[in-house]
Amino acid sequence: MAKRAQVTDWPLLRQLRGKDHLGRGAAVKSRVSKELQPRTVTADRIVKSVCPYCAVGCAQNVYVKDEQVVQIEGDPDAPHSRGRLCPKGSATLQLTTGDAREQHVLYRAPYAADWERLDLETAMEMVTERIIATREAGWEDEHEGKKTRRCTNIAALGGATLDNEENYLIKKLFTGLGITQIENQARVCHSSTVVGLGTSFGRGASSTLPGDLQHSDLIVLEGSNMAEAHPVAFQWVMEAKARGATIVHIDPHYSRTSALADLFVPLRAGTDIAFLGGIINHVLQTESDFREYVLAYTNAPTIIGEDFDEAGADGLFSGYDPEKMKYDPASWQYEGAFVAAASGQRDQLTELEGVGHEGAGQETEGARGEPTLDETLQHPRCVWQILKRHYASYTPEMVERVCGVPPEVFARVCELFVENSGRERTAAFVHGVGWTQHTTGSQYIRAASILQLLLGNMGRPGGGVMAMRGHASIQGSSDIPTLFDTLPGYIPMPHAHGHETLDRFIAADAPDKGFWGNMRAYTVSLLKAWWGDSANAENDYRFDYLPRLTGNESTYDTVMAQVRGEVKGYFLLGQNPAVGSANARMQRLGMSKLDWLVVRDFSLIESATWWKDGPEIESGELRTEDVATEVFFFPAAAHIEKNGTFTNTQRMVQWHHQAQEPKADQRSELWFMYHLGRRLRERLADSGQARDRPLLELTWEYPTEGPFDEPSAEAVLAEISGRGADGTQLSSYTELKDDGTTASGCWIYCGAYADGVNQTARRRPRGEQSWLGEDWAWAWPANRRILYNRASADPEGRPWSERKKLVWWDAEAGKWTGYDVPDFQADKPPSYRPPEGATGPDAIAGDDPFIMQADGRGWLFAPAGVGDGPLPTHYEAQDSPVRNRLHRHQRNPARQLYEHEDNRYHPAPDEPGADAYPFVLTTYRLTEHFTAGGMSRWTPYLAELQPELFCEVSPELAAERALEHAGWATLTTARGVIEARVMVTDRMTPLRVDGRIVHQIGMPYHWGPNGYARGDAMNELSAIALDPSSHIQEVKALTVDIRPGRRPRGAARTQHVRDHRDAAGVTARSGTDG
Amino acid sequence: MSASGEGILNVMMRGGDPATEAGWEDAPPRMGFFTDTSICIGCKACEVACKEWNEVPEDGLDWLGSSHDNTRHLGADTWRHVAFVEQRVAAPREDEQIGRGADEGFRWLMASDVCKHCTHAACLDVCPTGAIFRTEFGTVVVQDDICNGCGYCVPACPYGVLDKRESDGGIHKCTLCYDRLGAGQEPACAKACPTESIQFGPLEELRERAAGRVELLHEAGVTEARLYGEDPADGVGGDGAFFLLLDEPEVYGMPPDPVVTTRDLPAMWNRVAVAAGALLVGAALCFGGGDRS
Repeated sequence: MAKRAQVTDWPLLRQLRGKDHLGRGAAVKSRVSKELQPRTVTADRIVKSVCPYCAVGCAQNVYVKDEQVVQIEGDPDAPHSRGRLCPKGSATLQLTTGDAREQHVLYRAPYAADWERLDLETAMEMVTERIIATREAGWEDEHEGKKTRRCTNIAALGGATLDNEENYLIKKLFTGLGITQIENQARVCHSSTVVGLGTSFGRGASSTLPGDLQHSDLIVLEGSNMAEAHPVAFQWVMEAKARGATIVHIDPHYSRTSALADLFVPLRAGTDIAFLGGIINHVLQTESDFREYVLAYTNAPTIIGEDFDEAGADGLFSGYDPEKMKYDPASWQYEGAFVAAASGQRDQLTELEGVGHEGAGQETEGARGEPTLDETLQHPRCVWQILKRHYASYTPEMVERVCGVPPEVFARVCELFVENSGRERTAAFVHGVGWTQHTTGSQYIRAASILQLLLGNMGRPGGGVMAMRGHASIQGSSDIPTLFDTLPGYIPMPHAHGHETLDRFIAADAPDKGFWGNMRAYTVSLLKAWWGDSANAENDYRFDYLPRLTGNESTYDTVMAQVRGEVKGYFLLGQNPAVGSANARMQRLGMSKLDWLVVRDFSLIESATWWKDGPEIESGELRTEDVATEVFFFPAAAHIEKNGTFTNTQRMVQWHHQAQEPKADQRSELWFMYHLGRRLRERLADSGQARDRPLLELTWEYPTEGPFDEPSAEAVLAEISGRGADGTQLSSYTELKDDGTTASGCWIYCGAYADGVNQTARRRPRGEQSWLGEDWAWAWPANRRILYNRASADPEGRPWSERKKLVWWDAEAGKWTGYDVPDFQADKPPSYRPPEGATGPDAIAGDDPFIMQADGRGWLFAPAGVGDGPLPTHYEAQDSPVRNRLHRHQRNPARQLYEHEDNRYHPAPDEPGADAYPFVLTTYRLTEHFTAGGMSRWTPYLAELQPELFCEVSPELAAERALEHAGWATLTTARGVIEARVMVTDRMTPLRVDGRIVHQIGMPYHWGPNGYARGDAMNELSAIALDPSSHIQEVKALTVDIRPGRRPRGAARTQHVRDHRDAAGVTARSGTDG
Repeated sequence: MSASGEGILNVMMRGGDPATEAGWEDAPPRMGFFTDTSICIGCKACEVACKEWNEVPEDGLDWLGSSHDNTRHLGADTWRHVAFVEQRVAAPREDEQIGRGADEGFRWLMASDVCKHCTHAACLDVCPTGAIFRTEFGTVVVQDDICNGCGYCVPACPYGVLDKRESDGGIHKCTLCYDRLGAGQEPACAKACPTESIQFGPLEELRERAAGRVELLHEAGVTEARLYGEDPADGVGGDGAFFLLLDEPEVYGMPPDPVVTTRDLPAMWNRVAVAAGALLVGAALCFGGGDRS
């Protein structure tokens, strides 16, 4: 029969018998074509997952056949991504199943020339031993007479690419060990967003979701290259454009985002505060603000204390200490009241005389006073008048002189803002790291926040500040922080003060009103989650088990400590500082001083191999045989090989399910941390040392499953979400108690496992729910999708307009209702007025929409929390070719500098030698690559799309420096030298600034010497100079020299940098004025 | 079209549904791509999604210095190609891009190119093995198990799409994800496209949608918007994959007036037939004449 079938199947017979006599179609369909079946159909099952690249968090369908992943594509059901994926998301299959991933543990012995294989068990034992020995040597019980109980010589970096559950175990175990130097990508990406948004509105996360941009009438993308860095979220901008919205892109560099905008405004890198300040000035001078909103919902009417001195012409606020380059913010407080910030520098006020550990905060607890308001906005010391005076000098002419933006273009932007704000219309800001990575980064975000408050765009559909975050769970690793200065849920990490108790900590660091007034309940619940039965009222819930801070312990402080030889052990968990952090050379030099280094990643990234092939080996400054650092490389499991949650850029916590088992030694961080903790606890079980009690009493009982004893991620999520005394899962943070009867590992995630159901795994198709996607996964807090949405209604609770309604007061039902979960106590009527002396949520009136704020209002003026002033002020970047024309202080007077021979700063613009680094360099992402390249340079389908590092220069600069298109250029700073291919393009525009031409150079930062697509790392050029509130580095506005040709090799490379430095007269003093 | 003779190849010049003409009974509607380049963000998701699905090999690290294009052109290992065109243009209109000077504007065009799945497919006409065939969806697909790599189709394509892969000697190009279509799924590139610049669907629907889009853009003042490859009266009988462009096609590297390279074959065959007939008659006369003597 078969044979006969074959014969009749002959194409010629088919051709003669059928209708396709010419043999062009049906008759010639081959056997393979007939049997063709897509692997999406033949798969055994489809596993629901989430893209592991950026923080858009596109939902993925993972197709599994015979227990192996065979295809990964977008999940069309998802309300936020609608089944689409960018090139990186589309390359997930190759990323996870390609052959670039290491499968085995590798070990480099001290002074060894190469790697050797080590079995996983031995490696885990060795790391356990190293931790115990190193910790013992670096243990500190007290610092300058104050109890610290910390391990000073072990640090960890990385977490934004990992699951929330993994971050939770990292923070929990390391804190239990007394380690405080725990950091991740959030520090170097968006820490300043958290400060800026948090102090302004109460929460440090994006106020809205990309999907809401479709309702905007104006979208201003500034400091964001959204089309390239977040292509799938950009669909909502295109959706808005199709609906008639105007799209404006303001950026130093014309990118693929600019190409799709209606208006592109090039400005000089590092001048956005001057630009935004100019718009604020326009709004104030023309009184185009949304006055009802401003009066009711912002602190515009609030009167500031008499001691406050405005910045004025010199650019200094009151309280500045030039010796310490630091502010004492006491004089910025409200008249008659004391308010703590909801974010930012929370311990700031504790350090103040009278507020500190002696406890003025405590003394005045419950009696911190009421702010004095002037609803007429006439009082000379009310915020409105201060704001008006502060920005009066930010005129259109000044914007032109500083930013290089012509007045008519600037006027157009102002008009667009005003026309598209108010009752009927809303405008949204979208920002990314173009705003955050500056020495004034937190103030960039503050400036945008001020504008959005003045125009009444917060909490309303199509409004808000959309912070575009860059890693799959960088929002999650901020919420459940692998960060030194916070505990889960943005509870500040306690600082060392004399005789500090839980109550004193709460009194000093928490606002007494609003929902932060319940910080004691959040903190006690966290301590109960970590220390279980060991934590009780008698022992202050083991509050003293938390190690204490004495200063900054950011990743850059850690690097300096490594260079000084003070940090001996280092964990890199999916982060690649040898190319991805500022001053890459310092990063490597720091690592070369370590006793041991643990790298967990997919491939052999630069941070794992610097000891054998880094630039310092090539230059001869380091010799492999002299490097004592012991290096462990552990291959990591990918997202498809583990269960867990990522929190995306819109605070949405999405569960991804395991699709296959990892290979060989590949393991998840959950596995690594759990088993590391288990081993450490076993080793130290009989220890009589007090320092080991926090570790031994830590709750560390997680069920394990599968062939590798993987701890249950669901059990960890359940702990994070929280339980009551009877073990039932809690459904909201409002249920948390401060009496030890509730336990919750992260209060803002309370409810993620409500009713014992994994709420984060919910996936109701978008066609079956509203555009908010309220039944897709779960968003913190309380599944609210748009924050501060009480402000979408007027003080009486009625929508400002039909067109922009979101939530409103239903008087009949006696509750708030609407499309979103109200960001307000559901039954608190608009007429509610707090009784005298009320604290906590009860102190928030029925028309105070910012429920996390001490005064329930959006902060135009930040009386606390921001380290470099209550109002954003334009200072030039650390390295700038231009004098500050707005204020006498050239640079942020409170910025953080780090003195080291390898971290020199450039001379000020009018100092001798300044012309040695005459051009502005700005950096950005390309669609085709991911951050420091660890997930794209090794992925051939991505590498081939952007195979080499290049720099973008204007034809004018190319002519000036004889740079040839497609040739090579050498770029030099006082820190390093790199080479890049030259792209001469009209997309780079020379700007006329203050009467002269300023050239800007654009450069993506994804490359490094390892991987498939290789190139020099941009961060060889950057310096460690930080924003004081967030400790973020300035890498968006640098100055450089550029010359045609390739860079020197070997020892000549280092010499080139030194020669250039000497010629410019760079010294330790350069650029360090206050 | 001048050819109206009885040549056997003339069947392809009829204006009917190409799948029906290729012998498919009850063929589904003809499926195609409408690529609206006015909303393309140049992300290249289409290039990667295509390669992942079809297991098209990575084809080298070659930095071209050609704006953001490092793929160069369509080929055996590139079935979707995003072109990037940086343009200085006349003074910008109000509300448009700010240019480099008062009287000069700038724009950056991006467009994802693909096999056109022509109504009159020359590659299919010249394929001697039956490897290239017309599917029931009206698309044109190279069957790997049949193709012997003879390469006749390579110069035949008026768009330069067909290309030989050195590693296996076969000809490869976009299949419009024939396997996925068979299962009722959309092609990988269209599914991934973040902005719906690449739209997939029944060609008739796409043509209507495209006409509407052009109208909308014209109303919005984007008078340069035009369609390319949608016209059944053009030199290839209309493309199964057509485009909305913002400039002349040659700006994007597409031929301005493509003509099926086998257009003149019927006429040529007719002439060959006439010539052959004449020769035969001549020969017959000659030999016949010889007999007479």
